[in-house]
Amino acid sequence: MSDEFKIEIVNPEKSFLSKEDVNEVVVPAFEGEMGILKDHISIISFLKPGIITIQAKSGEKKYYVEDGIIEFKNNTLSILTSYILNLEDIEKNKLQELLKTAEEESNKPEITDQLKYLADQKVETLKSIN
Amino acid sequence: MASLDDLKKRIASVKSTQKITKAMKMVAAAKLKRAQESAEKGRPYSEKMNNIILNLSCGISDKEIAPKLLSGSGKEQVHLCVVLTSDRGLCGGFNANIIKKAKSYFVKLNKEGKELKIITVGSKGNDQLKRVYGNKIIENISFKNSKNANYFDAEKVGKIVIEKFEKEEFDICTIFYNQFKNVITQIPQAQQIIPLNTENDNQDNSEDDYEFEPDEDEILSNLLPKNISTQIFKAMLENSASEQGARMSAMDNATRNAGEMVDKLTIKYNRSRQAAITKELIEIISGAESL
Repeated sequence: MSDEFKIEIVNPEKSFLSKEDVNEVVVPAFEGEMGILKDHISIISFLKPGIITIQAKSGEKKYYVEDGIIEFKNNTLSILTSYILNLEDIEKNKLQELLKTAEEESNKPEITDQLKYLADQKVETLKSIN
Repeated sequence: MASLDDLKKRIASVKSTQKITKAMKMVAAAKLKRAQESAEKGRPYSEKMNNIILNLSCGISDKEIAPKLLSGSGKEQVHLCVVLTSDRGLCGGFNANIIKKAKSYFVKLNKEGKELKIITVGSKGNDQLKRVYGNKIIENISFKNSKNANYFDAEKVGKIVIEKFEKEEFDICTIFYNQFKNVITQIPQAQQIIPLNTENDNQDNSEDDYEFEPDEDEILSNLLPKNISTQIFKAMLENSASEQGARMSAMDNATRNAGEMVDKLTIKYNRSRQAAITKELIEIISGAESL
């Protein structure tokens, strides 16, 4: 029996990615990284800035997300995110730019704790990519 | 009676107007295609978002603890209306239709003695509303510089709305936009986004037992602000498709009218040319006869 399931990533502008042959997905859930395999229980959770890793038959792919909501149901994983980038074709200066804005954001004096946490996560992830 | 020269000039000017409207129609048609595509591509996101929220709100049995964005502030006194219009004119009844819809809603609110606040998005709506409702407009946002409707603009509007809601500046929020049906028909819509209307969507509550991480409340309070931006974004996408559609048909009409006008003027021109020739002939003949 195959242990593949379906993944759909949509952002507000378009359907970003759709795959049927996924074995494992690791998402940066809000309370820690979460690996999802076939027949996972139905779950709704949301994401913090981080890396989504998709293990598929056609190879491993990594994506950078800033936020998002995931829903897993009937062996379909839907990820809604407002900002997603494929790590393969991301450009160096684009990364630097993102990092800079994230750092600025986290250094704002009037930021709330939660936003600060998210911005720090962003900085950390972006640095790890570099 | 206009002279021959005047007629000639008018024909030339109508013809050049026709060229412009024709070009605008072409541009609108090309943009419409893109706008329509992005409206269609944007649909899955807002649909999925809606589904998740419905599932979540079913899970919350106790309305008391539900986030305010879902359940409302408990009052209905102050209404915030977000009127989405275009930044450019020459698109037929597109802006007028939204304004008409919004105005009739304002009148209704007035009768009921409710307080009204307006946010206009797009400069055309602001121009038309500020004459009558100038003192009610609390914010005017314009995205003249962005080429297409994009999510970040929508998020900006969403953030303003949420900020004002958290400061308890209003109780109910409604957005006005044109829904794109087809090129000729755009339907002005009024959609309430705060508090969220979950009642009339009684689809199959298929008893999905979701696991939530973290718990429902926290997810909901994170999701609802996003949903507002998403709804606004959806409205913006529909609006931009509608705008191009309306402009296309308006410019199509204008081109046709210009064509008719050119025909009429040409006939008039030819007639008066003929009349002038006949007059000259008569003059020559009667001059010759008198000799």
